Amino acid sequence: MLKGKKVIAIGERDGVPGPVIAECLGGAGLEVVFQVTECFV
Amino acid sequence: MNFENQGIIKRLADQYGPENLAVVLGNGDAQGAEVFAETVTQGDPTYAGPLAGVPLKIPVYHVLEEEVMTVVPEKLREEKLQLSLLVIDVEPMRQVLQASREKL
Repeated sequence: MLKGKKVIAIGERDGVPGPVIAECLGGAGLEVVFQVTECFV
Repeated sequence: MNFENQGIIKRLADQYGPENLAVVLGNGDAQGAEVFAETVTQGDPTYAGPLAGVPLKIPVYHVLEEEVMTVVPEKLREEKLQLSLLVIDVEPMRQVLQASREKL
């Protein structure tokens, strides 16, 4: 599944932000190559 | 998904190969997650961004899906994701993203 993959973390302001996803996945030993938080206005 | 981010994802796919990438979303609703998933699997549905007509077929997960949650260390899960689990309805998210992954 995610094992061995480079991860792109796309968070959302009204959901889980990108840095939080990156921190959680980084803590799981995964390589996060890009993280961002999108917002819909 | 905004055009700048589409461009970055396209570049990363060129650099690493889309087969070596996975996208993990943090959307608060299933509709937004579905549009994001379509963008990085089939191409930009608005046909306006850098991923228009570019089917990268990158598997997409939501950070609160069980498949992802189980790999996150318990401490981080409790500190960073537990609250989101209370306010975000994960099941509709899981359904649209699983359907998206099954099409790959």
